[in-house]
Amino acid sequence: MMEAQPIYWTHYVATCLFALGLLGFLIRKNAITVLMCLELMLNAANLILVELSMRTGTPDGIIMVVFVITVAAAEVAVGLGIVLNLYRLKETVELDAFKSLQG
Amino acid sequence: MNTPLILMVLLPLAGSILNGLILRPHSAKRAGVIATLFSTGSFICALLLFFNLLQTGTPVQISTPWFTAGDLKLEWGLHFDWLTAVMALVVTGIGSVIHLYSIGYMAHDRSPGRFFTYLNLFLCSMITLITSDNLVALFVGWEGVGVCSYLLIGFWFEDIEKANAGIKAFVVNRIGDAGFLIGIFLCFQLFHTLNFVDMSAAISKLGGPGTSLGLWTLTTLCLFIGATGKSAQIPLYVWLPDAMAGPTPVSALIHAATMVTAGIYMITRMNFLFQFTPDTNLLIAFIGGLTALMAAFIATSQNDIKKVLAYSTVSQLGLMFLALGSGAYIAAIFHVMTHAFFKACLFLGAGSVIHACHEEQDIRHMGGLKKYMPLTYWTFTVSTLALAGFPLLAGFFSKDLILYSALQGKWGFLLWGLGSGASLLTAFYMARLHALTFHGEYRGHAHPHESPSVMTIPLVILGIGAVFAGYLGMPEAFHLLPDYIAEFLGHVVKMPAETEHLLPELTAMGIATSAAIIGLGIGYWFYLEPKRTEGLNSIMAPLRTLFANKFYVDEIYGFILVKPFKQFSLFLARIFDPNVVDAGVMFPAKLARMGGTALSFFQIGSAQFYLLVMLLGGLAVFWYCLKGALV
Repeated sequence: MMEAQPIYWTHYVATCLFALGLLGFLIRKNAITVLMCLELMLNAANLILVELSMRTGTPDGIIMVVFVITVAAAEVAVGLGIVLNLYRLKETVELDAFKSLQG
Repeated sequence: MNTPLILMVLLPLAGSILNGLILRPHSAKRAGVIATLFSTGSFICALLLFFNLLQTGTPVQISTPWFTAGDLKLEWGLHFDWLTAVMALVVTGIGSVIHLYSIGYMAHDRSPGRFFTYLNLFLCSMITLITSDNLVALFVGWEGVGVCSYLLIGFWFEDIEKANAGIKAFVVNRIGDAGFLIGIFLCFQLFHTLNFVDMSAAISKLGGPGTSLGLWTLTTLCLFIGATGKSAQIPLYVWLPDAMAGPTPVSALIHAATMVTAGIYMITRMNFLFQFTPDTNLLIAFIGGLTALMAAFIATSQNDIKKVLAYSTVSQLGLMFLALGSGAYIAAIFHVMTHAFFKACLFLGAGSVIHACHEEQDIRHMGGLKKYMPLTYWTFTVSTLALAGFPLLAGFFSKDLILYSALQGKWGFLLWGLGSGASLLTAFYMARLHALTFHGEYRGHAHPHESPSVMTIPLVILGIGAVFAGYLGMPEAFHLLPDYIAEFLGHVVKMPAETEHLLPELTAMGIATSAAIIGLGIGYWFYLEPKRTEGLNSIMAPLRTLFANKFYVDEIYGFILVKPFKQFSLFLARIFDPNVVDAGVMFPAKLARMGGTALSFFQIGSAQFYLLVMLLGGLAVFWYCLKGALV
C-alpha cells in the first residue's frame, strides 16, 4: 500500500494545467497549438516534480526537471521543423489535411 | 604401389580439367595431344600395377574415411586386384588408342576442347568404377559414366534428335539405376557392409542364404536390373542404338569397349552373392540369350553402318550375360576383353569409312571401298571375322567358351540354342555389312579416300588385338597354351563347379564354328552379288519390315509407358496444378488479404484519434497496474 501523501495547492494548479493541455491536444486542429498544448502538459508534470523536491528536501526532482526541459527543447526544435515541412507540402498546418495514411 | 594407383584415377581427371577449364584449346590437335598423353599416362600406371600384381600376387588397397551415417561407415577405397587389372588394362589401353584416333576424327570439329574434356572425364569415371572397393564408390563411377555418356551422345546438341538421344540414354539408365540403388540398400540390410571383401567374408561366414533365400534373390535381381540399364539388355536396351548419335569414337569407347561392360563387371564383382541365387542366374541367362538373338535379328536389317554395329554390341552383351547367368564369370570377362578389341576396331573402322564418304552412314550408298582405303579394309575384315567367331581369332575363343558354359543344367540346350542362333546371325549380318561396305561398286557420290595415319594406326593396333587377344584364354582341350585368363581371374572369381556338360567341348566348338562359317558364307553369297537378294527380299519382306523396325519395341514402349506418362503429366500440369496445388497455395494469401482489409478499417489517418487511443490505452495499463493500490 502506498502511503497517503498530503495535497498542496500546486497540485491543483498542475492538474488544471495538464487537463487544459490534454484537452487542447485532443481537440485543436492547428498543429502549432497542438505542440503548445504538449508543452503545457510537460510543464504541469515539471511543476509537480519541483514541488515534491522542495517539500522533501532532495534534489532528484529538480535534476530530472532540468533534463526534461533539455529534451523538450530538442523535441520542439524537431516538432517545429516537421510542422514547417508540413506547411511547405500543403500550405496549411490544419491536422485534418494530413490523412493520407487512412486505410 | 599406391602412387600409380592414385595417378591412374587422377591423371584423366587432370587432363579433363586442363582441357576444359584452364587451356580451353580450339585446335583438335592440341586438345587431343593433351588428352591422349594423360590417358596414356593412366595406361602406363595400369601396366605398372599389373606387373606388380603378377610379381607380388597381392592386391593394392588404399582407403580413406569418407562418411559415416548411423551404422554405415564408408571408406573411399581404391582396390587393384586381378579383376580390376583386366578391366583397367582394357579401359585405359583401348581408351588411349581411341583418344589418339579422335585427334584425326575430330580435326574439323568446332569444339574439340569440349570433346576431349568429356572423353577424359569419362575415362576417370570408368576407372573410378572399376577400382572402387565398395558398392557406393562404384555407384559414383557408375553415375559418372552415365553423365559423361549423356554429354558425349548429345555432343552435337544443336541437332535436336541427337540431344534427345542423349536424354533417352540418361533416362533409360536412370530406371536401371533405381534398381541398382535398391540392390545396394538390400546388400547393406543383409550384410551391414558394402565393401566387397567384407561382404564376401560375411557370406562365407554365413555359408549360404539359408532361410533368407528370397531376400538374397531379390537383392541380386535388383542389382541385375541396374546391370540391364547400363549394359543394354532387354528391356532397357533401347538407348544404345540411339546412342549412335554421338561422334563415332564415342561409340567405340563408351558403347562398345567400356561403359556398357560396367554391368558385367559389377555382376562379376558380386559373383560371391550371385552364386547363391540360381533363380536370378537363370533369368540373367535367359535375358542374355534372348537379347543376343533379338538384337542379332534386328542387326540383319539395319542400313546404317553404326546401327548395325550398335545392335551387334547389344547382341554380344547378351552373350556375356548368358555366360554370367551360367556361372561362367571368367568367360564373360574374357569376352568383354576380346570384344573390346574387335568392336572398338569395327567402330573406329566405321568412323574411318564415314569420314571417307563425307558423313554418309547408309551402307546402301557405299560399296567398293576396298580399293580406296586398304588399311581400313583389312583391319575391318580381321575384326569382322573375329566378331563372327572365325577360328583362331579373338572372338572364337571367348564365344565358344560362353556357348560351352551355357550347355549345362535343365535349360542348357535352349540357352545354347539361343546363343548359337545369335552367333550364326552375327556372322551373317557382319558378312552383309562387310560385303555391302567394301565390295562391289561404289554407289555414293563422294570421293572416298584413306584416313590419315593418326586414325589408321589405332585401327592397326586394335586389329592386332582382335587377332591375338584370344590366345590368353586358350581352352584346355587344345593342350597348346595354358588358360592364362582363367588362372589370373581365378583369384577373385570362383571357378564354376565342374558340372556335367551336355556336349563335349570340342563338339560344341565344332558346331558353333560351323555355324559361324555358314553364317559368313550365306552373308557373302547374298551380298557380294546384291542381285541374289531379290528373291530373298520378296519372301522375307514382312519379317524384314519387322526387323528393320526393331520389333516395334520403341513404339510399344512409347504406347504403354511414354504416352500414359505424358498424359498423366499433362493432367498434372493443366488440371491438378492450377486447381489443387495453386488453390492450396493461394488460400493463405487470400486469407491474409481479407484480414488486412478488415483491419484497415481502424486506420483512419487522423493523428489526434491515434493520440486519443494511446491515451485510453495508457490509462487502461495504468489502471491495471494500480488497481490493487487504488481499491
